[in-house]
Amino acid sequence: MAKVLMKGNEAIALAAIKGGVDAFYGYPITPQNEVPEYLSKHLLANGKVFLQSESEVSAINMVYGAAGAGARVMTSSSSPGIALKQEGISYIAAAELPCLIVSVMRGGPGLGGIQPSQADYYQATRGGGNGDYSLIVYAPETIQEMVDTIKESFDIADYYRNPVMVLVDGLIGQMMESVDFDKPVKERFLPEKDWATTGTANHPGRRNVANSLEIDPVALEQKNIRLQEKYKLIKKNETRYEMVNFEEEPEYVIVAYGTMARICRSAIEMLAKDGINVGMIRPISILPFPDEAFDEIPKKAKGILCAELSMGQMLDDVLISNNGRHKVGFFGRSGGMVPDPEEIVDAIKNFSERVVK
Amino acid sequence: MNHNVKVAGFGGQGVMMFGQVLAYSATYDDINGLWFPSYGPETRGGTANCSVIVSDKQINSPTFKNANHLVAFNLPSLEKFRKNVTDNGLILYNSSLIKDEVKEEGRLCIGVPVNDIATELENEKVANMAMLGAYLELTKIFTDQTIEAIIKKFLGERKAHLLDVNMKAIQKGKDYIKNLGVTYA
Repeated sequence: MAKVLMKGNEAIALAAIKGGVDAFYGYPITPQNEVPEYLSKHLLANGKVFLQSESEVSAINMVYGAAGAGARVMTSSSSPGIALKQEGISYIAAAELPCLIVSVMRGGPGLGGIQPSQADYYQATRGGGNGDYSLIVYAPETIQEMVDTIKESFDIADYYRNPVMVLVDGLIGQMMESVDFDKPVKERFLPEKDWATTGTANHPGRRNVANSLEIDPVALEQKNIRLQEKYKLIKKNETRYEMVNFEEEPEYVIVAYGTMARICRSAIEMLAKDGINVGMIRPISILPFPDEAFDEIPKKAKGILCAELSMGQMLDDVLISNNGRHKVGFFGRSGGMVPDPEEIVDAIKNFSERVVK
Repeated sequence: MNHNVKVAGFGGQGVMMFGQVLAYSATYDDINGLWFPSYGPETRGGTANCSVIVSDKQINSPTFKNANHLVAFNLPSLEKFRKNVTDNGLILYNSSLIKDEVKEEGRLCIGVPVNDIATELENEKVANMAMLGAYLELTKIFTDQTIEAIIKKFLGERKAHLLDVNMKAIQKGKDYIKNLGVTYA
């Protein structure tokens, strides 16, 4: 299949189908409604499950149940909807079940607005759910990268028995871009789901239970220790990032993801014309965060600019990863406002005004 | 080749379709196309606009401060975006609704009476295609063959009978520019 022009939200849906999704459960919310719209047509037509539940809370618990039964399952929503799903997400992570959660961010807090935003970085990486759990969160910058990531994310979720979140902003959901759906996905050995609760007829002599309750504190601590070992392994194997324009020592380094990273790429080209060499660390996985990338920043660099469509959330991870080595500045727009590259150019040229105290 | 295009007008004037035809054509020609709409309350009863980038290189920022080409279907849209056009840029406007001649120094400003052209063709809905014809005649970014393939795809089987009037509107838009004797690209 050659490249096609497709809207981001529809591309999410088709990528999920290409990734082998068996079931979708969700509740409508702008700006991601084309995801369920597309899936409602195409999943049912192919004998798969599409269900619009009565609420986000039901949807995520249906995901929990279907994942427990061994199905490839997903949900999608946007900021306030993902907020409602947090309890279920924590339960799924605790029960170590694989699923895909797509989050198409809009402006907050509260009901907020419907325009693009990256103000759910905390929600995705710190979680609103309880306990020491961790998702795997990818934040692609183009529709192509998003499609490739979604196709692979089902395998990653199955491999680690962990929920994967794909986090994009409303602009990626609403825009149309040329995309190729047939790029091959990395092959992984996926063990059989012998833990799936498919009935004792299918696993004689063994009761499979999907559960997040562990009353015995000794056992629960052991479980947490084991989960942390898994998260360490995920960090080692699945951390993804791109170093942009590091061929010559950059004077400044931008850290940005998703749509903001694309805007910064254009800003970097403009700055080069003005003789200012700027590099960029682009986290593709924001959880695990690619802190090792910061070791590649030249000692002489004048500073790091963290740029987000928020008031400063990834900034925490930038400050932790930088560990006091360089000056850190911040540029952010919020509420659905998306900057032009010129604003980033200005932020670099007036870096001293951007420095975080 | 990199064109940043802003298309704006009232909801219902075919603004989004105009932009999408450009993005689909880019994909058809195996170069890069990106389209994004203004969505939400501002499109309901008010002005609608979309941004399109057509490029033979990787498209980075989906947003731009200044458009190379502005296509304005009504006065509020023209007023909103006319100061955000690059040097040597193109401002193409609907002179059926914008009666005063538009002038911006260093930009080529061309009015096309697209509603009148559509009325001549007895189909009000093809005004956007007349504008597309004028736009293509000036910019020459896509061939007639590409455009026809995309319009066909847009109309689908259900509206296939409308291909003829759409292509006529495009041709009339082109002819209007030819008769003005203006060249741009």
